[in-house]
Amino acid sequence: MPLIRDGGFTADDWRWLGEGEASAPGQNAVIPLKRLLDEGEAAGARGVEVPNNTQPESLAPLFGRLDLIVIPFPAFNDGRGFSLGKRLRRLGFQGELRAKGHIIPDQYAYARACGFDTIEISDALAARQPEAHWREAAASMSLGYQPGYPGPQNILIARYRARDADR
Amino acid sequence: MYQYDAFDARFVRERVAQFRGQVERRLTGALTEDEFRPLRLMNGLYLQLHAYMLRVAIPYGTLSSLQMRQLAMIADKYDRGYGHFTTRQNIQYNWPLLKDVPDILDDLADVEMHAIQTSGNCIRNVTADPYSGVAADEVSDPRPFAELIRQWSSAHPEFSFLPRKFKIAVTGAPNDRAVIKFHDIGLRVVQNAEGQRGCEVWAGGGLGRTPMIGVKVADFIGETDLLPFIEAIMRVYNAEGRRDNKFKARIKILVHETGADEFRQAVYDEYARVDRSSMPPIDEELKRIEAFFRPPSYDALPDASPELQAAMIADPDFARWVRVNTRAHKQPGYAIALISLKPKGGAPGDATGAEMRAMADIADAHSLSELRVTAEQNIVLPNVKKSELFAVWSKLQAAGLAAPNAELISDVVSCPGLDYCSLATARSIPIAQEITERFADAAMQESIGPIRIKISGCINACGHHHVGDIGILGLEKTGAEAYQITLGGDPTDTAAIGERSGPGFPAEGVTDAIERLIHFYLRERQPGETFKETYHRLGHDVMKGALYAPH
Repeated sequence: MPLIRDGGFTADDWRWLGEGEASAPGQNAVIPLKRLLDEGEAAGARGVEVPNNTQPESLAPLFGRLDLIVIPFPAFNDGRGFSLGKRLRRLGFQGELRAKGHIIPDQYAYARACGFDTIEISDALAARQPEAHWREAAASMSLGYQPGYPGPQNILIARYRARDADR
Repeated sequence: MYQYDAFDARFVRERVAQFRGQVERRLTGALTEDEFRPLRLMNGLYLQLHAYMLRVAIPYGTLSSLQMRQLAMIADKYDRGYGHFTTRQNIQYNWPLLKDVPDILDDLADVEMHAIQTSGNCIRNVTADPYSGVAADEVSDPRPFAELIRQWSSAHPEFSFLPRKFKIAVTGAPNDRAVIKFHDIGLRVVQNAEGQRGCEVWAGGGLGRTPMIGVKVADFIGETDLLPFIEAIMRVYNAEGRRDNKFKARIKILVHETGADEFRQAVYDEYARVDRSSMPPIDEELKRIEAFFRPPSYDALPDASPELQAAMIADPDFARWVRVNTRAHKQPGYAIALISLKPKGGAPGDATGAEMRAMADIADAHSLSELRVTAEQNIVLPNVKKSELFAVWSKLQAAGLAAPNAELISDVVSCPGLDYCSLATARSIPIAQEITERFADAAMQESIGPIRIKISGCINACGHHHVGDIGILGLEKTGAEAYQITLGGDPTDTAAIGERSGPGFPAEGVTDAIERLIHFYLRERQPGETFKETYHRLGHDVMKGALYAPH
């Protein structure tokens, strides 16, 4: 499945474990949240996929064991994942945050602003919306009004700096 | 008025270019129709019954004469010579071609306007008291707050794919003319005991198929805390709002199902966690914006105008228009004048290109080049010298815009209904037209006094029928239109949702029923009583009886 990172398609260095497949310590493997909770410390996988209605606080104690959190987007217009990503970053998660499922290029900049590093889409979606579309959409807005969301130049901060320079 | 700086201007231009690209990708099939729909909606473009409809934002209802002329140009060049002013202080064009839309958006950007977020499941265009900055009872001009929120909500990375649309209204006066209790978030600018400015915050109000009065979430949120507080409300809603059923997805359902106390707690918990580390000092940004809304340099005048008094004595028609269509201004010697877009037999809120230009010319000559749009689909000249009211009225007369019916029975609010809208189940405009014709007599209207009639052509309630003294809801019953009447609705501080009266009426019976009710009220009212007061004194059952009783 194609992965988008830093505006381009790239190879995925994570692997989804099958149901009975053992997870070894330190493995770049992803398991569902339920399995991670069931297996506790014994789950060696460093990646987890969590439902998009997960209470973010419940994940905070697991951050030390995780390098990747995957949030599914069941439909591109289901924006819960944006708030969950933002909340996980606010709680201090510093590993890779991935949006998986139906995301369109026009949402790429928003996803990054909410703390996502990577987008994982299906082959069919990638065929219809090739790499160039993601690159162009990501660059289409050079400005934004929301402080606290990285990405385009922040207008409120730019105005503040301009005033500051005048003082 | 607010003026764009280089950032605002570039932001809107980039957004237009982005939409051009999205249209192209739709045409090549890279974007499916499902994927394109929310993108075009967030740029104001609907697909209606017969054609595309473009809804242009008029932030907090404030317009310059230059902008009004551009709206007229667009009506003439890209539409069929008219536009429709809406209950959310916007303007809609009913006949643009898809291929022209990016060009229209560029024409709008030329006068610092756009169609961003006038539709879609995002934070919509922010509305405000149409008399902001000039109302005699105002504590603080709410428009700087509305502009701050407009900017903050534009292309918001986190809140552009909400469960459902989200509407914010702001007032700065104790008398609510912005309908804050029926908005997803309603704000009232207030001062606390320490003399600091901030907002009273309401949430969870709304009309639509499940009308609800909002709950107060906070008595006072200081002005520098307002954006973090709104962010907290939005985040709770985005995470918790229902997505399983479109009709239960508004924040009002979340507030109702969660319970006001628990919802408030969730908002405060989130508020405590909001990241403020990269928030620049917002009081400075507010100050920057406020500078654009400083009162203009008014002439020092005595409050009473002998010219006005003389003209009112000389011309009773003018005198009536002054009594009915002007409101108290905070500056002595000035008045707020209402231009009614409800002429006898007209479609409520419609204005032709020529009418828009006439209003722009009058605003230049007599209202410091400024106009407003009201939630009642009328236009306001906010800064008219009392001594010039006669000149204003004469010009309005010449343009066919001097209907003396502001807030009277023929000042009917109506959605476009089945004549335009793909959601509608019945026609609205013909009912409105019939009412304005039946009650055309100006003296009769004035004697009936203030009364709100509001018509929606389906249960989505775009005509706000729930908050009309008389609300009319058009439905389809076994192939025929049927109109249900509600009584006792109230959009102001004494907010109330209208109560259903009983069986519906066929289209040809609605105006007769209303006429029966009005005659009953005129017979039964006590001296000085308004329709609303009589309704509350006599009660719903007595009043509704009059709708059905034959004479």
